[in-house]
Amino acid sequence: MAKNLRKLPSGRWGIAIFILCLALFPLLTVNNPYYINVMVFVGINTIIVVGLNLLMGYAGQISLGHAAFYGIGAYCSGLLTAKYGCSPWLALPAAVALTASVAYLIGLPTLRLKGHYLAMATLGFGMVVYIVLRQLSWLTGDSSGLMGIPGISIGRFKLDTDLKYYFLVWTMAVGVLMLSRNIVNSRIGRALRAVEGSETAARTLGVDTARYKLQVFALSAAYAGLAGFLYAHFMGFIGPSTFGFKFSIELVTMVVVGGMASIWGSVLGAAFLTILPECLRVAEDYDIVIYGLLLMVVMIFMPKGLTRTTVDLLKSRWTASPVSQTNEE
Amino acid sequence: MAILEAVNLKKSFGGVVAVDNLSFSVETGQIKSIIGPNGAGKTTVYNLITGLLPPTSGLIRFNGQTITGLKTHTIASLGLARTFQNVRLFENMTVLENVMVGCHQRMGSGLFSAICRLPKFRREEKQTAAVALEKLALVGLADQSQRPAFSLPFAQQRTLEIARALAAEPRMILLDEPAAGLNSHETVQLGKLILKIRQMGLTVLLVEHDMELVMDISEEILVINYGKKIAEGKPAEIQDNQEVIKAYLGEDFKGR
Repeated sequence: MAKNLRKLPSGRWGIAIFILCLALFPLLTVNNPYYINVMVFVGINTIIVVGLNLLMGYAGQISLGHAAFYGIGAYCSGLLTAKYGCSPWLALPAAVALTASVAYLIGLPTLRLKGHYLAMATLGFGMVVYIVLRQLSWLTGDSSGLMGIPGISIGRFKLDTDLKYYFLVWTMAVGVLMLSRNIVNSRIGRALRAVEGSETAARTLGVDTARYKLQVFALSAAYAGLAGFLYAHFMGFIGPSTFGFKFSIELVTMVVVGGMASIWGSVLGAAFLTILPECLRVAEDYDIVIYGLLLMVVMIFMPKGLTRTTVDLLKSRWTASPVSQTNEE
Repeated sequence: MAILEAVNLKKSFGGVVAVDNLSFSVETGQIKSIIGPNGAGKTTVYNLITGLLPPTSGLIRFNGQTITGLKTHTIASLGLARTFQNVRLFENMTVLENVMVGCHQRMGSGLFSAICRLPKFRREEKQTAAVALEKLALVGLADQSQRPAFSLPFAQQRTLEIARALAAEPRMILLDEPAAGLNSHETVQLGKLILKIRQMGLTVLLVEHDMELVMDISEEILVINYGKKIAEGKPAEIQDNQEVIKAYLGEDFKGR
């Protein structure tokens, strides 16, 4: 099933259609730049969620502190550009490298832990980063946050509208998606999935599981760092509250709702949970109640996540197709 | 020549001594079995050999090299593979991918070449898939290669585990109760497979409760109880050993 899922929508055609949709999307929204704005956030969240899904869905390791990596990336790039006048294009590799290095160092001791203990450790890490961002006000700005983060330009071309930024974000998001897809279907990807299946068995087959867990943790943090960079330069100001515990949980929810161990599920999960609160604004005070109820309904009726359930549903309709034969049981 | 040697091996969990001063060796190219009552410490011995557990004292030599204290994946890379009493497949991967994980050591491509899909990477993927298919054909699972591993019937899950271990091209394979849960026909097939594996030049160590299988294919048997060796010898000798009969085989096994 897993293999079929990976084959079905993630072929070259899938990607081509996806890119086409992304390119055409702005045409539908000429009159409403707000949609573009939301889609920028979908793109940013997609980047983090894909990385978190590599870690959670594929390698089977949880992180309840991913918002912290997002924050580290955002603050690193924000500080370098706003305070020290660095070019965003120099700040980008710095932000990515810093988040990956922090993850590597944090992962060395914590990735020895399993299950709930790993969850606790990463949760603690997230809180420490949040508190540091808040308390280090001489560096990170006062409680209102860090202001004056410059926008991004490519040469002389300034990405000064949401639409231009939309293309930047989604170019990077598609890049991250394709990169992740390549990793999943490779020796390293199989090693990661083996860790999820049975770490013990993987080790007895010669897979250095500790090393790969650390690598994927650092990689997923690097994705979050990239997303933080995009966020900081899109908003122009950042505050610690964006990178708190609540967002870490939201990210995990996006992975689970979209579908564990599914690259496309990450896109869907990020889109669903980014757009949903926007739609629920009409319900005013009750939005959080409806949001919670919807999540419960999705998890009860689609425990494998949106993508897998949808694909299974499609397949059961096409019972005559040869794909479904290997998919019985 | 002994490919595997355990010298005064001891493992205690708190006050419980699971393996007690056990010494034995396995000759290159032989099929040797370890038998004994449940809880005798057989699986613990496997876990000590493969480095999943550190021994309390004693040492293990593989191919002349001391492997106690080495990491599990390093021991595996020296040519020691195993299967598990409770099948441990990578359930969400296909049958073929499971076996390809077994090839992990022999492949070299890292993150970078995978991301960029370099020609070298593609070539290696193809070769590995071919090797994996070969192993599947050996155990008779070639036609199931694209199925998700969890969807296989139990007996085939067991043979898949063996194929996966073989993909690592080990010098020696440790089988942990491979016949558990198999019917008599499947057990006969398994016996044939184990003999085939030996013919390929591998040394086989077998932990098994199916005495018919053990007596049929083993060249030597080690009997342990409470972590201690109580007998070691050829199948015929073991069957006549009073202590073994008392501790494990039971009176009615005599003279079979």
